[in-house]
Amino acid sequence: MEKHTSYLRVSACPHIHTSDSTTRIMLNVIIALMPALVASVLLYGVRSLIVVATTVAACVLFEYLWCRFRHFNNTVGDCSAIVTGLLLAYNLPSTIPLYMAVVGAFVSIIVVKELFGGIGRNFANPAIVGRIVLAVSFSSAMTNFTYPTPLIACDAITSATPLASGGAGIPLLDLFLGTHGGVLGETCALALLLGLVWLLVTHTIEITIPLVYVGTVAVLSAVFGQNVLGEVLSGGLLLGAIFMATDYTTSPFTRKGKIIFALGCGVITCLIRFWGNMNEGVSYSILLMNLFVPFINEHTRNVPMGGGKAKK
Amino acid sequence: MEEKKSKLSIVTNGLIKENPALRLVLGTCPTLAVTTSALNGLGMGLSATFVLICSGIVISALRKVIPGTVRLPSYITIIAGFVTVLMMLMQAFLPSLNDALGVYLPLIVVNCIILGRAEMFASKNNVLDSALDGLGMGLGFTLTLVIMGVVREVLGSGTLFGLDLHIPLEPMTLFITPTGGFLVFGVLMAAVIWIEEKTNNRKERNIGCEGCPSAELCQDKTCEKAPAEATNGKEGA
Repeated sequence: MEKHTSYLRVSACPHIHTSDSTTRIMLNVIIALMPALVASVLLYGVRSLIVVATTVAACVLFEYLWCRFRHFNNTVGDCSAIVTGLLLAYNLPSTIPLYMAVVGAFVSIIVVKELFGGIGRNFANPAIVGRIVLAVSFSSAMTNFTYPTPLIACDAITSATPLASGGAGIPLLDLFLGTHGGVLGETCALALLLGLVWLLVTHTIEITIPLVYVGTVAVLSAVFGQNVLGEVLSGGLLLGAIFMATDYTTSPFTRKGKIIFALGCGVITCLIRFWGNMNEGVSYSILLMNLFVPFINEHTRNVPMGGGKAKK
Repeated sequence: MEEKKSKLSIVTNGLIKENPALRLVLGTCPTLAVTTSALNGLGMGLSATFVLICSGIVISALRKVIPGTVRLPSYITIIAGFVTVLMMLMQAFLPSLNDALGVYLPLIVVNCIILGRAEMFASKNNVLDSALDGLGMGLGFTLTLVIMGVVREVLGSGTLFGLDLHIPLEPMTLFITPTGGFLVFGVLMAAVIWIEEKTNNRKERNIGCEGCPSAELCQDKTCEKAPAEATNGKEGA
């Protein structure tokens, strides 16, 4: 910004200013993610903290290096890389070898985000793609779930991800508190819901996408005779619906668009869970719907007041 | 013909400037499908080179005999003949490679590179130039496939030309899936453009008919602007 002492500023619209900024939004998301971090440390021990630290550091470093060597304005300050790092770590099991976490961070930041033009231009949620690449590449390490170590009083030692057994066999309270095997951030529904409350209170996100997404899964589970609460609470559904599907860049602008987007996510998730050969479909469903977002935006544009039917 | 081009430039043309897979974006199907290992890439590349050179020579020699209206079937027949020869040789002497390449070996018949070069080059240049063009294009294709094969094999299976590299990390299975093929392909394309820019060889490439290397040959004349000046001044009438 050049310095000039002009008191009368004439500018194009919009004229309304708020204190909202990318940094502020990202900080709100980071705060909302904190309960799940605490929960993961309690559930899976200090190792989960190491994984989170690794991915966050790697994401920030990759973003810094990219901007440095491409001579772009450095966008590390907007904290979006920290959010990506946190979300990526939440999608990894605590036993993951750390170099794999770094590979995931590389894919998220460099391949998905920066190659497509940096923040605001990524075609899909970076953390989702990072997770999918790791899941495809290192399938055994990515499903090596440890069981909660007794940092807190819990006696639940359960088999792999509860989705493998169709959500059955685990008491709902355990599912809600997260005392079962899974990736770092997805298991503790309580912590994720606390995060949701914070995001809603600070107006960071609208309730539309999480509500419609989870609602679709619940309704479809009921229709097809699955355990409704089990399906909703297990796997990465809440993490995905609250934090991943609501990413500004990769979700539609309008409310109508958001509903279509979330419906699609819910339907695809159920299709994969019930009839696919994988246990979990949240990440793939969000990725697929991310790719549809430009199309949805095109067809759910708000009509200007008095504009009538938009001309082709 | 425009000005006479040196024989060497015809050969080197195919390596970077008009690299068939990376710049002309022809023959992407075998490029993505067989490069899961470096050896497969090398075998595929050399097979295509053989067919390129041989079919280039024959098509160029017959270019005044073949009527324009039936040129494509004629080219295909000639190419198919050489592919059959190649397949028989492979089955006799390199059965393992033959198995590894599988259906992609007979599919060389419909490989866009070979038909494309027949249409773009061999049908209007003399025999020697066509052979050299086939050699250059073939080498460019082979080079691309070997680089892709090496990257994908090292990252995806931790081996190189079948030898275990003893990398202590788990290989990324992603790279031997088609997804990994597309990733490596995209990065290589970007790398070639980067090399062109670094060496100031960047050619302005127009989008649409003007940028199409076959613009002059468009038979149906649906393009308003055809025949536009060929981008590289290569396809002289």
